[in-house]
Amino acid sequence: MAVAEKRILLKYADEPGYTPDIECYKKHGGYQMLEKTLKMKPEDISAEIMTSGVRGRGGAGFPMGMKMKFLDRKSGKPIYLVCNADESEPGTFKDRQIMYKDPHQLIEGMMITAYAINAKLAFIYIRGEMQEGARILENAIKEAREGGYLGDKILDSDYSCDMVVHRGAGAYICGEETGLLESLEGKRPNPRIKPPFFPAVLGLYQCPTLVNNVETLCNVKHIVEMGGEEYAKIGRPNNTGTRIWSVSGHVNKPGYFEFECGALTYGELIYDVCGGIPNGRKLKAVIPGGSSAKVLRADERFKGKLKDGTEFDWSIEDIPLDFDGPMAAGSMSGSGAVIVMDDTTDMVEAMANINAFYAHESCGQCTPCREGALWLKKVTTRMVNGGAREEDADLLKSIADQIEGRTICAFGEAAAWPVQSFVAKFKDEFIEKARAQANGAGKNGKMGAFTLA
Amino acid sequence: MSEDKKDQLITINVDGKDYEVPPGMNLIQAVEKYAQKEIPHYCYHEKLSVAGNCRMCLVEMGTPMRDRATGEPILDDNGVQKIGWMPKPAIACNSNTSPGLHIKTDSPLVKDCRNGIMEFLLVNHPLDCPICDQAGECRLQEFATEYGRGYSRFIEDKNVKPKRTRLGPRVTLDDERCILCSRCIRFSQEIAKDDVLGFVDRGSYSTLSCYPGKELANNYSLNTVDICPVGALTDTDFRFKMRVWFLKQAKSICTESSVGVNTVVWAREGKIYRITPRQNDGVNDTWMSDSGRRLYNLVESEMRLLAAKFKKDVVTTEKAIEKAVDILKGAKFGIVGNTQSSVEEMAGIQSLAKSHGAPVMFVGHIQEGDDLLISKDATPNTRGALLTGLTKALPYRQRDVVGRNLKKGEMKTLVVFNEDLIEAGVDKSLLEQVDIIYVGSQQNATSEMAKVVIPSQVVFEKAGSFVNQNFRLQKFEACIPAPQGVKSDAAIITSLRAGLGDEDASSSLAKIWESLSSDVKEFEDLSYSRIPDEGVQLDGSRFDQLNYIETGSLHYEAQPELAETA
Repeated sequence: MAVAEKRILLKYADEPGYTPDIECYKKHGGYQMLEKTLKMKPEDISAEIMTSGVRGRGGAGFPMGMKMKFLDRKSGKPIYLVCNADESEPGTFKDRQIMYKDPHQLIEGMMITAYAINAKLAFIYIRGEMQEGARILENAIKEAREGGYLGDKILDSDYSCDMVVHRGAGAYICGEETGLLESLEGKRPNPRIKPPFFPAVLGLYQCPTLVNNVETLCNVKHIVEMGGEEYAKIGRPNNTGTRIWSVSGHVNKPGYFEFECGALTYGELIYDVCGGIPNGRKLKAVIPGGSSAKVLRADERFKGKLKDGTEFDWSIEDIPLDFDGPMAAGSMSGSGAVIVMDDTTDMVEAMANINAFYAHESCGQCTPCREGALWLKKVTTRMVNGGAREEDADLLKSIADQIEGRTICAFGEAAAWPVQSFVAKFKDEFIEKARAQANGAGKNGKMGAFTLA
Repeated sequence: MSEDKKDQLITINVDGKDYEVPPGMNLIQAVEKYAQKEIPHYCYHEKLSVAGNCRMCLVEMGTPMRDRATGEPILDDNGVQKIGWMPKPAIACNSNTSPGLHIKTDSPLVKDCRNGIMEFLLVNHPLDCPICDQAGECRLQEFATEYGRGYSRFIEDKNVKPKRTRLGPRVTLDDERCILCSRCIRFSQEIAKDDVLGFVDRGSYSTLSCYPGKELANNYSLNTVDICPVGALTDTDFRFKMRVWFLKQAKSICTESSVGVNTVVWAREGKIYRITPRQNDGVNDTWMSDSGRRLYNLVESEMRLLAAKFKKDVVTTEKAIEKAVDILKGAKFGIVGNTQSSVEEMAGIQSLAKSHGAPVMFVGHIQEGDDLLISKDATPNTRGALLTGLTKALPYRQRDVVGRNLKKGEMKTLVVFNEDLIEAGVDKSLLEQVDIIYVGSQQNATSEMAKVVIPSQVVFEKAGSFVNQNFRLQKFEACIPAPQGVKSDAAIITSLRAGLGDEDASSSLAKIWESLSSDVKEFEDLSYSRIPDEGVQLDGSRFDQLNYIETGSLHYEAQPELAETA
């Protein structure tokens, strides 16, 4: 029996006849919360957000209220709001649902947030590949400006704030918030060194800046609507609200689903919601939160203690679908991208695919990530092309260990974690690859997955 | 570093030992200076902004723990404040000293970090040290020896990048060797203020490049070669010419302008191969101009004077000096000095002038300054001429002193030190009325007119000192031997004086400084050997009323009230 979706952000998005224009949005109660907000004190909105406990939906899961609190308001510099719409984590396709189908929800969420932090200018940094999304947002902003929902003297109040859509140029690293800010400033998106360049203090144009994900900012509208306390009742403590999960890979019904945090488990998501694994094959592994999250093995047991002290002993199917569940299992919920792999998956090939991505996307600023990511790719590419050696598994792990924790930004971890976990959990396959090739299989560089399928 | 004030020092702990250091000092520098430990680094440069990209300086860092709520120190069982170590290693270049800071520079984790970074830097680096100009002064070589693993685990193909990109007229780039530290980019932006360099492409394929339509052509472009920690940026002129370990280094001073840039001259077997800046935080920091680096061309220039002449006939230097003495004995003579001369040579000229009542005249040399390391005064020792009393006025503020003096018709002979009076605009007919004794290293229209020509040494062949625009006395060493028969100005002056019967004539630097220290107030208690490498700051207030032409440079501010009229 599948757990029902709880659609808050995606409430209307897929409703037949729902269009991204402002008339449709207003018919569905749009911009009423902005109107309500403008009569409130900014600090009260911040307080509601803090009370709601809403955590960032971009990957790190950092509480939004805390981010707002860190903003340097004493500097006298302007404060900027930036929406991180550079959705690029492999496996993730949730933010685009909102931006393409319900852009005004994002704009309203952003305007409320902007009012709360007294920002006069807000940016949506949208992934370069989402041309259509940028066009939709541009149009929505135009409509909102005409309707008086942004721009000068919003809804005849004293508050003014404008909004700009900025398209990226096709780089994953622009999703890293300081890289994003560099790009927004017109520079190469090299992430900044922290300290001192924390966005809340020295962000866009060296001014305090709040950077949040699309999904996170949309939540603000609903927090204002139901009140922080009420919002916090959705989900579980420390895992409040709903989340949109993008499920891809070997399931019968891949797609995006919005659930109350912790309302179901990964097992229920895969088997009940997504209809299980095709053709009666077996689950082999799950990447629970985007390609940079550590892979979980189907036959693993996860034991330990949660923060509240309760002990757990989970299989992959028992892990709660929220922030803390995958974290307790040694991985993370990341961007909410669940990648399912069945027993036909060649883990070395999967690894080679992931490594190719990170080698291509490393900005090249700092040594460990720049050189390590490409080396990892070169090793796994060689392995799948018939040149695997038994010692490559250890080499891969060693390279990843030399990257993790030593880079300027979290990209280093993003590139290292998959390798560390793949090798740790499927080392036998890496070694078997070399042995099979030594015995004549896969030497022509065209085999691999086909031999197993 | 300014003077350390004892009472302001704080304690930091490096590898278990406490050190007293100034607060807020860069950690790499503090550890090097006070703990005598090197934290290896590539991208960090003390005169540039922090980039933090090479990750070679990762260390373990911890700070004294305090209770979050109360702010009270958290103590261990022995009553000592606990140290909260950061979970990840941190880069030292981006940290400053703070009270109680603890760092580990040789823990297993730190060693592993360095090992890993070295391996990463080398995987795509061409191991072409045998043909690389940087070999012998390459940080990659040095740290590979110290922190590398000694063998390679990399069996893949290395990246291929452009091998000889012309970045500008003087700089050639080997992109495969580049470790992407961005020092050159930061230098161009921050010091040269000529933002032409950047990276294109991404990841390990990142490539240093000039912006389209731009080139690295500014007069400071070769500093990028100096600060390149590897052999990526090379001096097109020096490229593939010489192994650096064959070169002898001598400390010198650039004569390009009154800034007095400190330099190192690199030579082998009497031939200079390159000139690089020598760090002096009161003068040029770690930089110098490209034009200054090319001054060694004076040594082998086509116009170099190598033979003494009397009435156009080649004679020995001794003979020429003899003839000069004969001429000088006969009649009243004047001297045209030169602010290119060293303090010691000026002292000799001053003695010569005094004992024979000869007037000393100067010609001014001004140029375009760049407000960085080239001043408007094109000579290195104008202040020296003031201090030695050779002139009371600034040469470049006077108009045709030589011509005006000659018109009086009293002088029958003119001793000219390395100066082209024709080029300076002195009426040729006036010069034709006198005998010219020309002492200098370069041939010119004046030397062509001279009755006696005595060749002399260029700055690289002799030792001495200059006083720069800040009244900083700086000495230079002889870098290469002079061509046979070519004497120093000091020796020539001494011979002339001896010939004229002056008993105290000496070209010994020690002797000259004995009288300088007693005759010149500013030189009191100084001797040549007591001038340190970084120079001595003198008191120039005696000449405050002069209207100097310098408009300001890296460590020099123009005189505010006089700058307007300059």
